[in-house]
Amino acid sequence: MSDRYTATRTSLRTAGIMIVFTLAFTAMMSQTYRATRPAIEASEQEQKMRLINDVLPPGSYDNALLEDFVAAGRTPELGLDRGGRIYRARRAGVPAALVFEAGAPDGYGGRIQLVVAVGADGRLGGVRVTAHKETPGLGDYIDPRKDRNKTQPWIGQFAGMSLADVAPAQWKVKRDGGVFAYRIGATISARAVTNATGRVLEYAAEHRDALFAASTGSAL
Amino acid sequence: MNLQTFRENAWNGLWKQNTGLVQLLGLCPILAVSTSVVNAVSLGLATVVVMAVSNFAVASLRNFIPYEIRIPVFILIIAALTTIVDLAFNAYLHDLYLVLGIFIPLIVTNCIVLARVEAYAAKNDPVSSTVDGIMMGLGLVWLLGVLGGIRELVGNGTLFSGIEMLIPGLAPLSVFGDDYPGFLIGVLPPGAFFALGCLIALSNRIRMRAAAGKPAPVASEGAAPASAAP
Repeated sequence: MSDRYTATRTSLRTAGIMIVFTLAFTAMMSQTYRATRPAIEASEQEQKMRLINDVLPPGSYDNALLEDFVAAGRTPELGLDRGGRIYRARRAGVPAALVFEAGAPDGYGGRIQLVVAVGADGRLGGVRVTAHKETPGLGDYIDPRKDRNKTQPWIGQFAGMSLADVAPAQWKVKRDGGVFAYRIGATISARAVTNATGRVLEYAAEHRDALFAASTGSAL
Repeated sequence: MNLQTFRENAWNGLWKQNTGLVQLLGLCPILAVSTSVVNAVSLGLATVVVMAVSNFAVASLRNFIPYEIRIPVFILIIAALTTIVDLAFNAYLHDLYLVLGIFIPLIVTNCIVLARVEAYAAKNDPVSSTVDGIMMGLGLVWLLGVLGGIRELVGNGTLFSGIEMLIPGLAPLSVFGDDYPGFLIGVLPPGAFFALGCLIALSNRIRMRAAAGKPAPVASEGAAPASAAP
């Protein structure tokens, strides 16, 4: 009787200690999360603006870009599974370019998130990778900061291209019968980014006027 | 903690019990990220931080952790501290985070952290446990640096590519010139096994020579990183 009593007491005590540890460390994590969230969000905004400046020259528009956007819901054409924003650049009120938050769902390590700028004339301002999980040193050349070729980074080949130059059927990496370069040993990352960029261009061509006409901050 | 313990910890971490060469723990992240010197050393440095912090935490709490549930508690502590380090880096050292960020969550999967917590921090005082964590981590740093150097040199013909993100103003070295075609096996996973295998063979040779040549407890020949040896 007393043995069973002791065993019960020991397990209760052990379980109690485990619960206390779990609560204490979970509390520590949530406190850190709350304390660091403003700083993290601020630097993410700043980083977003820096990326947009890479694909769209700051002088080519004169509106407050980050405040002039359309909220897209789940849009498979743009590779957005949880929605994203489409920013609208205007110069003296005239549409200048669209900056899409887009994604490639089929990277080697999962989703690749992109920023794609498309001019009002349908030309790509450029493409940048904002987040990815491609293999370090192998597939991560899709991010120009990790690209070994600094003078002509892989992602630079998209700048200035439009569907008038390259038909949608040809908008693929060379290995798939298209026109775009890729690096041997890491085709999947290049294929994912290339195909996603082509889909964004088609989407932009189809919805350009509706996107510029929609009221600011509205959902698509 | 006295000087003797410090020396022992340093010698163990850097050479005698080197995590990559002797304990062969945490091979999965080692092989995955040692494609270049900068990647490899970055992961190593992030590991140093996490190991020091978790060894300190476990050693401080060791008298409150029941033996039966020590492993789940250790894992809880390591995972929580890794998350906190990850968030803190992201918030306050954002530029460094952009480089190291993807490696920090990998550390949770590195069994070397759990192994040191279980084998050392659970039985020793917080200060020597912290030193043990740092030294084990630094042992990993130099090994990863050498491994990353070999793989980068063979695979890409460069050294320190990506250094400009870590230390602005420095440029990567192009050792074999810009027209080096690249020998892909260096950066592919098999290259990691070949390179690590060669390094382990070399270290075993040094160790066997030291053991055969001198009956003294610690060898002073050969072992380059052993500056802390008595």
